[in-house]
Amino acid sequence: MKDTVISVHELTKRFGRFTAVDRISFEVKRGEIFGFLGANGAGKTTAMRMLCGLSYPTSGRGTVAGFDIRSEGERIKRHIGYMSQRFSLYNELTVFENMNFFAGIYGLSRQETARRAGELLERLDFASERNTLVGALPLGWKQKLSFVIASIHRPEVVFLDEPTGGVDPLTRRQFWEMIYEEADKGTTIFVTTHYMDEAEYCSRVSIMVDGRIKALDTPEELKKGFKAGSMDEVFGMLARQARRGE
Amino acid sequence: MMIVILIPIVLMVLFGFAISTEVNNIKVAVVAPHRTDMIREAVTRLERNEYFTFCGYVGEKEADMLLRSGRADAVVVFATDYDRRMMQASEGLPSPALIQLVLDASDVNTAGAAQAYLQGILLGSASAQDMFETRMLFNPRMKSAFNFVPGIMGFIFILVCAMMTSISIVREKETGTMEVLLVSPVRPRRIIIAKMIPYFVISCIVLVMILLLARYLLDVPMSGGVAGIFSLSLLYIILSLSLGLLVSAIARTQVAALLISAMVMMMPILMLSGLLFPLENLPAFFQVISCTVPARWYIDAMRKMMIQGVPLSEVWLDCLVLLGMTVLLLTVAFKRFNDKLE
Amino acid sequence: MKAVEVNDVSKRFGKVEALRSVSFEVERGELFGLIGPDGAGKTTLFRILATLLEADGGTALVDGMDVCRDYTSIRSRVGYMPGRFSLYQDLTVEENLAFFAALFGVDARDSYSLVAPVYRHIEPFAKRRAGRLSGGMKQKLALSCALIHRPSVLFLDEPTTGVDALSRGEFWDMLTDLKNSGISILVSTPYMDEASRCDRIALCNDGGILGTDSPVRILQRFDSPLYAARADDMFALLGAARKVRGVERCYPFGQSHHIVAGRDFSAEEFTRELSWLEGLCLEPVKPAIEDVFIKLMQK
Repeated sequence: MKDTVISVHELTKRFGRFTAVDRISFEVKRGEIFGFLGANGAGKTTAMRMLCGLSYPTSGRGTVAGFDIRSEGERIKRHIGYMSQRFSLYNELTVFENMNFFAGIYGLSRQETARRAGELLERLDFASERNTLVGALPLGWKQKLSFVIASIHRPEVVFLDEPTGGVDPLTRRQFWEMIYEEADKGTTIFVTTHYMDEAEYCSRVSIMVDGRIKALDTPEELKKGFKAGSMDEVFGMLARQARRGE
Repeated sequence: MMIVILIPIVLMVLFGFAISTEVNNIKVAVVAPHRTDMIREAVTRLERNEYFTFCGYVGEKEADMLLRSGRADAVVVFATDYDRRMMQASEGLPSPALIQLVLDASDVNTAGAAQAYLQGILLGSASAQDMFETRMLFNPRMKSAFNFVPGIMGFIFILVCAMMTSISIVREKETGTMEVLLVSPVRPRRIIIAKMIPYFVISCIVLVMILLLARYLLDVPMSGGVAGIFSLSLLYIILSLSLGLLVSAIARTQVAALLISAMVMMMPILMLSGLLFPLENLPAFFQVISCTVPARWYIDAMRKMMIQGVPLSEVWLDCLVLLGMTVLLLTVAFKRFNDKLE
Repeated sequence: MKAVEVNDVSKRFGKVEALRSVSFEVERGELFGLIGPDGAGKTTLFRILATLLEADGGTALVDGMDVCRDYTSIRSRVGYMPGRFSLYQDLTVEENLAFFAALFGVDARDSYSLVAPVYRHIEPFAKRRAGRLSGGMKQKLALSCALIHRPSVLFLDEPTTGVDALSRGEFWDMLTDLKNSGISILVSTPYMDEASRCDRIALCNDGGILGTDSPVRILQRFDSPLYAARADDMFALLGAARKVRGVERCYPFGQSHHIVAGRDFSAEEFTRELSWLEGLCLEPVKPAIEDVFIKLMQK
């Protein structure tokens, strides 16, 4: 019953003579939390841009949420959500106005927006903060809010870029709980990060080195396979193989 | 936000009312060898006209002095045999050089408009061009470059000094290097001065270039004395630098510094310093505001010294105002820029 | 004489209380970590110690000198690396180093032995502009610049933020070496897993300090039994585990969920009650810094 939401085959991106992404292939199933790791400059960002329909692959093929990344980039954008650590909501709008705005961008009807906003506010236990300016919220709350807003249009895949960097441990737990819940409902979560302890929360993890995927498995299997105590060590072993100069 | 709303209003008012190239309040002196009835009649018309202020009958020498010191903008010299030749003219005979108009043309706009008005008022619509002999003083060919040189100088130094200094300091705040500089044992005063020196040097080079170009390419007379022009310009450059320093103390981002420089400094210079439009016909409110614009005083002094040939001692008021402003700005700027982050 | 002494320091910005009576001490030659999330007040504290801000209350001494009174002498003894790598982006690597040497009035060659272990990593790129360096290299250059005047105390504000895991590891190795050469180091980080690299740490949250001690002793403060639980359906486990008797708290922790056990918790009862979950396993684990942090936060 678990179907494939992201599937890429031999995906390559060249900039002139520089191969940023070198024939990567992988599949992500529905409801999976997929960690996409790599050092600075390993090609993570380029690969992710292709998956989001923002960049056109040089060769290879792939589908995201059932749409071809070559020909249906615009459709992909309607079916994915995106949240980055830097992605901020509009501080000068209230919680509800932010929801309303992003719902509008994704073309939700007025009734649907109201229903979704109510749902999300309840889920965050935020009903009392409905009309609070986002700028006045503590950092951790903002982060949770931006996650639910990234999924306001019920996307099939949510891309998270370093989602819990710099958040206190308690908020961080609440955040991952939300992600687990969302994944449990069938949303696929695609996490890019270079913090290895974030990787431990993922169901499967891929590690990119020099534009290629050098390892792909559950964190547990990776640690076993590399005889390492933590993901940090696994990553260290792989990243040290990098030839591409910084 | 307020700026965005205010600017169009201010512009509309300035362009609509004040910045007509029409001229108000032109000070006119009259030289008439014999005050005949016909001359009196013409002068009365002049007196009654709202655009002109009559400063009285004067002798030729006195007229010259009035023009030079700026106490008169125009002098009307009636021919000795005005009455007789006027009669001839009314009979249709050619009557050249009936009236001589001597105009202070350091402001080309004012002078041009004043000439046209005077011709109309003095002889009515029937007057023919050749009845007048017009002399544009100080700038006989009416090259507008003359008029623009001081204006451009007033503008450029603010641009180079104030804008560039503020941006370069604020950039360091943005990248965080200012934090490291402040923590180092180097005194903040030294940091400021070090940041100002390059722009001071650039401004000096620019100043020399402008003066050379003005003198040898545009033939601006600069009869007021190069030393005076130079030293007043240096004062103005220092003033601009302290303005930039002040902006950098307020602004936190480069964009903010740019906006403040553009809105708070550039606009007033363009609009309220006499660079584009004569100050005399601004509404009283804007005239008062224009007094706070340093460029107004600098441009005024430069016009007098470069074009009219007035020596530095004659523009003491401008110098004093500029000096006062510089001292004030520099003190405030140094006070604001302390060695803490707050 | 302590390297840093902070007594009851508080600071507010308008309505926000950035620091509320914070106190701690850094011993000479110690690598001391301020561990806490963004917004905990770490940067404000650094700015006060680096004499860039004045505290509203309390006293702070660096090298025995008061940060308000003797700030000029402190400035020449302190190496400060602000949160963003404060480099001149359009100067090359070596120009940056030369600039900071000149700023502190020292000859770069005299300090070379101290800077070398760090600078060696970026020396091959000496002619490259700082703006074109990767995060890890910028970090090393910024550290070299902070060391150029042979400071006795180093203040490093989140030096590892935005740097990949490999470079971060290398960076901590360098800090250990510097500490061994006698420099006292105060470093902040939002990443709990870096705590073990410090001699002593202070856990900071919301303008206050939750606890100060060596990483090992901080961990001992976690006095409840802790278990890690796993099952095939982790989300179902989370909800179900919280309903089991004796479970004080249950929260996701990487691959497993951590269960803080109360007095009437029994492992057998837990596994029996949740036996319907496929792949369930429960084992006792040692607490991590994050566990302690959560516990202290909730007190």
